[in-house]
Amino acid sequence: MEEFIQQLINGISLGSIYALIALGYTMVYGIVKLINFAHGDIYMVGAYLGFFAIAILGWPFLPSLLMAMAVCAVLGVVIEKLAYKPLRNAPRIAALITAIGVSLFLEYSMMLLVKPEVRSFPQVLSDVQYNLFGSLVISSRQVIILVVTIALMLLLQYIVHKTMIGKAMRAVSHDKQAAQLMGISVDNTISFTFAIGSSLAAAAGVLVGIYYNAINPLMGIMPGLKAFVAAVLGGIGIIPGAMAGGFLLGIVEAMVSGYGKSLYRDPVAFIILIIILIVKPAGLFGKNVREKV
Amino acid sequence: MLKVEDIHVYYGAIYAIKGISLEVSQGEIVTLIGANGAGKTTILNTICGLIKAKSGQIRFEGKEITGVATQELVKRGLTQVPEGRRIFANMPIYENLELGAFLNKNKKEVAAEIEKVYDRFPRLKERKNQLAGSLSGGEQQMLAMGRALMSKPRLLLLDEPSMGLSPILVKDIFSIIKELNQQGTTILLVEQNAKMALSIAHRGYVVETGRIVLAGDAENLLNSSEVKKAYLGG
Ligand SMILES: Nc1ncnc2c1ncn2[C@@H]1O[C@H](COP(=O)(O)OP(=O)(O)O)[C@@H](O)[C@H]1O
Ligand SMILES: [Mg+2]
Repeated sequence: MEEFIQQLINGISLGSIYALIALGYTMVYGIVKLINFAHGDIYMVGAYLGFFAIAILGWPFLPSLLMAMAVCAVLGVVIEKLAYKPLRNAPRIAALITAIGVSLFLEYSMMLLVKPEVRSFPQVLSDVQYNLFGSLVISSRQVIILVVTIALMLLLQYIVHKTMIGKAMRAVSHDKQAAQLMGISVDNTISFTFAIGSSLAAAAGVLVGIYYNAINPLMGIMPGLKAFVAAVLGGIGIIPGAMAGGFLLGIVEAMVSGYGKSLYRDPVAFIILIIILIVKPAGLFGKNVREKV
Repeated sequence: MLKVEDIHVYYGAIYAIKGISLEVSQGEIVTLIGANGAGKTTILNTICGLIKAKSGQIRFEGKEITGVATQELVKRGLTQVPEGRRIFANMPIYENLELGAFLNKNKKEVAAEIEKVYDRFPRLKERKNQLAGSLSGGEQQMLAMGRALMSKPRLLLLDEPSMGLSPILVKDIFSIIKELNQQGTTILLVEQNAKMALSIAHRGYVVETGRIVLAGDAENLLNSSEVKKAYLGG
């Protein structure tokens, strides 16, 4: 039982990362129906920006996080404008292939820029271990990951449901032409969606750097895929679905590794995807009614 | 107020609008009637900037608007209630209305405007927190119209507002259109229900396979043998 709760704690930390990345996948899919395969690499860029701010500039955690989020927001918008927007009316496969191209571009430009080797994140936050009820351990870093993730999710929910730009996002994802007739600019709304999704991925990147201490230019590939799995698991295009899918996947992985089967961690993640898609093709939160972005 | 001159519109290789010119003056109700597939929706969407014409000119209040973005036209006072309502089904009624006033950043004004829509359509007020998708067809049409009115249009394009509604609701909707017009909104109304449309319109155009085949005063059209034969069942 204690082992179970311990793995639950670890799983929630890992799941936070997946959930933050999955949100960007799902929001972008909701609005432009594109699986943005470069999204995992934005997370990687975010991790490097965090590394740069913390290790080289010596900034504290919070400003570093905000800077990484802001820069990646801009990067996401630029990528959308340059790579995806010209293909908005092209067959979907063209945009998909372009996304893979952008992904490779980011990975290998980063390698050129920072060298392929693994960098270790400085210990910006002291890692205190708290003991709960005797033998359970939760680290201060896990607490920070969870607090930042929950704060960002609440902020996102607020933006999407309470602000006009959030309402515009939902309107555009529901019906682009009808949204235009309201006076909404589809282009601006799509840019905004990429900005938000990319900044969440950047936050995940910085958090992961702090948690695991190591980053490299290809670090976005696997978490990117997993977050995609999480987004599909929850029902692609559905925001609460991405959150739930991310946490669920993180917890399952932690359980599988925690019980001594780390080698099975990745296969299990993808088997879950396949099973869920067979049983519930629209994902856990998928309904017949379209509720997207 | 609106002047369309010789527009040609294609969907890929499909030649949908083959040179159409029409005019709407301030204060009028003008109707476009014609069978399914004639090109009526395409004409409205081209005026609104949702589709680009291959050639031709469109002027609104004296200014060329060919190629101007839809959201810019909404700002200038031209909007459309699209065919099939196209309400935001997964949002509550009041959010649909709020979105109609997207360009108005003054919250107080928007709230006052929403109240006006509620006064015009009391059914919407009763259900303001309900999801728009749960409304009946007639209520959805009212919502679609109310939502368009939120941007305070001077020229309102309506695409088949009577589609799928019971005869009583059709009468209601048409009397609201007439009332809107009397309160100063100019209207371009697309309809398949030619009789009803011509009975409230000042003028009309008959569209057939991308061309205007007949135009004139609504009353004359209503009594013309061609219209009677083709659209009014003899
Ligand atoms: N998105 C589209 N793609 C291809 N063809 C279209 C499209 N929309 C309409 N059309 C064609 O253009 C013609 C006019 O259609 P439309 O304007 O919808 O007519 P109406 O509104 O009078 O029923 C029809 O032949 C229709 O098949
Ligand atoms: Mg039509």
